[in-house]
Amino acid sequence: MCHQTVCLIARHLEAEGIPTIVLGSARDIITAGRPPRGLFIDYPLGHTVGPPFDPETQYQIVREGVECLETIQTAGEIRQMDLVWPKGQAWKEDERTGKGGDFRSPRDLTPRYQTEEDRLLAEAAAGS
Amino acid sequence: MPNKHVEYMEAITERYNALGYAPYGWVRADSPPALTPLGKPLSECRIGMMSTSGAYVRGQTAYYYKDDTSTRAIPKGTPKDEIHFSHLTENYLVSPRKDPDCIVPLTALRRLEDEGVIGEVADEVYSCMGGIYSQRRVIDELIPDLTEKFRAQKVDAAFLVPM
Repeated sequence: MCHQTVCLIARHLEAEGIPTIVLGSARDIITAGRPPRGLFIDYPLGHTVGPPFDPETQYQIVREGVECLETIQTAGEIRQMDLVWPKGQAWKEDERTGKGGDFRSPRDLTPRYQTEEDRLLAEAAAGS
Repeated sequence: MPNKHVEYMEAITERYNALGYAPYGWVRADSPPALTPLGKPLSECRIGMMSTSGAYVRGQTAYYYKDDTSTRAIPKGTPKDEIHFSHLTENYLVSPRKDPDCIVPLTALRRLEDEGVIGEVADEVYSCMGGIYSQRRVIDELIPDLTEKFRAQKVDAAFLVPM
């Protein structure tokens, strides 16, 4: 759904005169959402800019992304980076079958902090 | 075809069916997108960034999970360990919570700025919780807010990272 949200954002910004690049790891969702410029990274969700603690791959992906701003000149073009997830392809089957996750949390209006300490910090900041 | 990309729309539709949820109406854009050429060389551009991963800086209010359309400003020099996450699909946050650069690429963007590949990164980058079911609220609330922010920053282009 995040992929769909950024496609909507990108199409609007571009119509308003701000060039955009949409990265993404859900190729079907960005294809349907038709952003002005896209770069597909075939990694599991949560790693759009690369594996954890791999600054070199992260850099390559971000560099390719910003360069697409200049080099993609056809509206709607989606490029693909030549990258393979370092830990094999089993994650794809897990995503297809649902075993990999997408266990959505309850949807309500309560902020969900990563830690209890974060909640206390934010509440103190809001109260000051 | 183990290397074929995952068809998420199909997988999610099947999962919702199995759970007895109403089918989700995915966005299928029926018109081609506009394209605005970059107005100057990349090396002179100020780049704005938005990550929909639900990132916040410790001390900021986290996101809630029912169509939260608010954004957070993250100063570009924020140390990694100050960036935390709250997002509807928490299961995808395992890696970002260990290394925020997986999805909020501040380290890479600052390196591109240092190397002169881009002119600069805007002083603050933005995040939101992109798992918003209501497309109307994305269009009516999130998009005007973000457009105004990017305009105020005078960015030459926007780098958009979904989760």
